[in-house]
Amino acid sequence: MADLHFVRKAMIEEQEPPAATAGVAGWVRENLFSSPLNAILSILSLGFVFYVLSALLPWVFSPTWSATSLGECRELTGGGHGKACWGVIRERWLQLMFGFYPKELYWRVVLDFALLIVAVAPVLFTKLPRKMLYFSAVYPFLMPWLLWGGSIWNPIAVAAGFVLGFFAHKYARPAFGGLAAVILAFLLPIIWWFFLAGPLANGLASVLPLALETVESRNFGGFMLSITIGVVAIAISLPIGILLALGRQSDLFIVRSLSVGFIEFIRGVPLITLLFVASTLLNIFMPPGTDFDIILRVIIMVTLFASAYMAEVVRGGLAALPKGQYEAADALGLDFWMAQRLIIMPQALKISIPGIVSTFIGVFKDTTLVSIIGLLDPIGLSNSIRADQAWNGVVWELYGFIALMFFVFCFSMSRYSMFLERKLQTGHR
Amino acid sequence: MNKTVFVGVLALAGMSASVAAAGLLDEVKTRGKLNCGVATGVPGFAAPDANGEWQGFDVAVCRAVAAAVLDDPTAVEFVPTTGKTRFTALASGEIDMLARNTTWTFSRDVDLKFDFVGVNYYDGQGFLVRKDLGVSSAKELDGATVCIQTGTTTELNLADFFRINNMEYEPVPIETNAEGQQQYLAGACDSYTTDASGLAATRATFEDAAEHVILPEIISKEPLGPLVRHGDNEWADVVRWTLNALIAAEELGVTSANVTELASAAGNNPEINRMLGTEGTLGEMLGLPADWAVKALSVNGNYGEIFEKNIGETTPIGLARGLNAQWTSGGLLYAPPFR
Repeated sequence: MADLHFVRKAMIEEQEPPAATAGVAGWVRENLFSSPLNAILSILSLGFVFYVLSALLPWVFSPTWSATSLGECRELTGGGHGKACWGVIRERWLQLMFGFYPKELYWRVVLDFALLIVAVAPVLFTKLPRKMLYFSAVYPFLMPWLLWGGSIWNPIAVAAGFVLGFFAHKYARPAFGGLAAVILAFLLPIIWWFFLAGPLANGLASVLPLALETVESRNFGGFMLSITIGVVAIAISLPIGILLALGRQSDLFIVRSLSVGFIEFIRGVPLITLLFVASTLLNIFMPPGTDFDIILRVIIMVTLFASAYMAEVVRGGLAALPKGQYEAADALGLDFWMAQRLIIMPQALKISIPGIVSTFIGVFKDTTLVSIIGLLDPIGLSNSIRADQAWNGVVWELYGFIALMFFVFCFSMSRYSMFLERKLQTGHR
Repeated sequence: MNKTVFVGVLALAGMSASVAAAGLLDEVKTRGKLNCGVATGVPGFAAPDANGEWQGFDVAVCRAVAAAVLDDPTAVEFVPTTGKTRFTALASGEIDMLARNTTWTFSRDVDLKFDFVGVNYYDGQGFLVRKDLGVSSAKELDGATVCIQTGTTTELNLADFFRINNMEYEPVPIETNAEGQQQYLAGACDSYTTDASGLAATRATFEDAAEHVILPEIISKEPLGPLVRHGDNEWADVVRWTLNALIAAEELGVTSANVTELASAAGNNPEINRMLGTEGTLGEMLGLPADWAVKALSVNGNYGEIFEKNIGETTPIGLARGLNAQWTSGGLLYAPPFR
């Protein structure tokens, strides 16, 4: 009987997978041509992409960077509508960025937005040293000073109001109890801002004049204006929105009615209506000769608008929390604010992140509406640039550039929100 | 002017309440700046250049007034206004005067309570068509599709014109001039209608401008001029006579080149002398220095020079003087005498 046993003595070398399932070929096969229908769809899509690019790319790559007018563009490209005229971007990109801000002071805007990143970073990325948060607290007072200029004592006087409120709360609480402390903490700063801050700032300025050159709001324009309105509205609307959402759920009748009334009213009117109120109606209501900064008016309106939406987004997060969380907080003996701060808000806000960021992005894009009331944001400026006869007729290049810039900002916000969601994912689902 | 600064929430607040001064002229002098409402952008009339400096035909009027009142043509705060915000900006006092291609109409003058101080450009609504349409008169446009800006007087004028002439048309509503150009070039409409000055500026940007014509009919009257609020006649006089000085200077042959020389000593022409302040006390009557007109004229020259520099035949816009010539050359410009 022949010995037919076979025992493999050596391991077979690990082999490459079949060529058709690995590498580029495998990927293509699996993702593009996995079935006859998919193959047809893939070919059609590729054809469409090619068709679009073949029309777009020759238009984009056009040797017109140095042109100084639309006519010169046409000479450079030999006529025809198939070429972009990029000279307008070269000549006007600074204007699209900074509006009419004085050229020699551009550094202030750049520094301001660079510092914005520094101030926001510790809020966004928890791995950074916590001490950076002190700078984040100072930044809201630094930012307007750098943008608008003027005496440094103004922002300091305003900041002092907040400090005053903080100490009023801290020392009044043991002495007079919680409610009185809260009322004092609101009342004292308001009295301070309205009656004392102005004269004090003026007085200090006359003793020690530390000031930056003042820049009028009217000189703001371009992306700088959009970002200023957007950032301020975003930063202020979140806390106001949280307060409104809590107010809407409150058991106190007046607080609840006011919150519901505010939210429903603001959400019931279009933003453009509020902007018209800001630009025209307020002018008529206020005593003649009152000069209430137009950009401030617009910022207030956009902030109110964003707050109402934010409140509803946050309310969605609050509603999604199981009732047990509220009861657990009560059982631990936490008072309302501690429960909100330690248990409710961290969870509710986490749930609401996609909605919050959507609102942020929406607000930022809505800032282009200010062109309708005559502020020269990028869209408004594109019209003004076309009014220069050298560039009259240039449309797509300007809108393309503006769209690209907006895309960069909004896309990074959206990416950050996804990062934040992944980081805060605690595995409930 | 009392100035109270409320330092408000986030230090963004800058709200200054000024107690109404005796008159706008004094207020402007105290402020040291003229707030002048202009368009956000109309080719040739108002547009910021690459350095952010405002240029144009309407802008030149603002600068002349600033020079006359404040002796500084750059002491102007240009406030861009849209068609929707311009009147409230003026009525509320945000701007001291409005120089923004604004048609002088009865209701604006009477009902909205403004004073038009004169006319700096006589415009009218026209039609732009392709040559190969084979149309030589607007009366042959029966059945045409017409691109028209919505919510403007041009829309109403168009309806009137076609009704009077018993013709049909199909409107293609557009929002802005840029959109109108694109739609017209794309063939969405046979004709584009707006003010003739705007049509000329638009046509000049076309690659094949020779293929397009502006039809000879002008179907509306659009006297464009600067305006101020009702009720401050001293200020209205200043703006009115600054504009008149620009117009009269052309008639009298005073230009930016010779104004300094003519103003250095009284010459043979008494009217020039009175206008330039070498004779009489016209400046004093206005509440301005004797050489107010000299300063206004030194900025950009007289009306004709301003016209040529911004919208005249040597510019890409290439408008002929037409109705905007002096009355001595068959136009409508007729400044009252300086006496």
